[in-house]
Amino acid sequence: MCAIFTRGFHGRRQEPGEADRLPPGQYLVDDFPVLSAGPTPHTPLDTWDFSVEVAGEAPKRWTWEEFRTLPSETITRDIHCVTRWSKLDTVWEGVAVDTLLSGLSHDAPYVVASCDGGYTTNLPLEDVTGGKAWVAYAFGGKPLEPEHGGPARLLVPHLYFWKSAKWVRGLRLMAHDQQGFWEVRGYHNYGDPWKEQRYWGD
Amino acid sequence: VTVEFEQRRLDGNAASGLLGAIFPFDMSMVQTRCATCSRMEPLAAQLTYADAPGLVMRCVHCESVLLSVVHGDGRYWLEMRGAACMQIAESSA
Repeated sequence: MCAIFTRGFHGRRQEPGEADRLPPGQYLVDDFPVLSAGPTPHTPLDTWDFSVEVAGEAPKRWTWEEFRTLPSETITRDIHCVTRWSKLDTVWEGVAVDTLLSGLSHDAPYVVASCDGGYTTNLPLEDVTGGKAWVAYAFGGKPLEPEHGGPARLLVPHLYFWKSAKWVRGLRLMAHDQQGFWEVRGYHNYGDPWKEQRYWGD
Repeated sequence: VTVEFEQRRLDGNAASGLLGAIFPFDMSMVQTRCATCSRMEPLAAQLTYADAPGLVMRCVHCESVLLSVVHGDGRYWLEMRGAACMQIAESSA
């Protein structure tokens, strides 16, 4: 019984060279803990789509088939959860947010990611552009499992992992910052793991 | 309904420890009306997701978020926009 909730939360010993990759207050894990604030959505791929919205313009929209024809990349990054586990060298495949935003004319400085199940998270646009963020559909060479955010999740590995929204369905470019699910509920608006920006006021 | 769905979803009693640290009465029997679907149940009968970065309670009928509690760094953050009203019996204090 207990194993269900503690599995994955045991830290492991650091190997040489790993110490400087671990932000303050974090420990290393080898498995991939699952944290969810609600039921896991199971959106069929034939009804899934991804949209990018800018005020005053018709939304850009891709079906799953269209999305999977976009140029994709293999991304290897360390990830850091605000609940203190970190995982090194995770390997993803996904479409760069730069690709999804290409051709849009806008001057929006913020973005909100919205997801199946109602989850949202907010980011400065400059944190999802310039090769810093992806919409990922595969992890470890396999399709992303629903419990980890499949069919697709946002991947913003330089920020705490609640910003890498599971089950992401769209990005809305915003003139003003609008706090997301956890940002309203006590967690930091930006979430830099190297500055330990966990909670309001950190 | 999948296996991992069921594993992560607990009943409202799982929230009693954290809520008991904030409220001066037993929250498990507090009748809570969902701001989304208007149905009312005791908190013990609502759904709890306790392994997220915070505790999230959802309506047992429509799964809308009723309330959340984040605890860390010597502080609690209580959010309850999804709970339209709570009925607290004097005898529970």
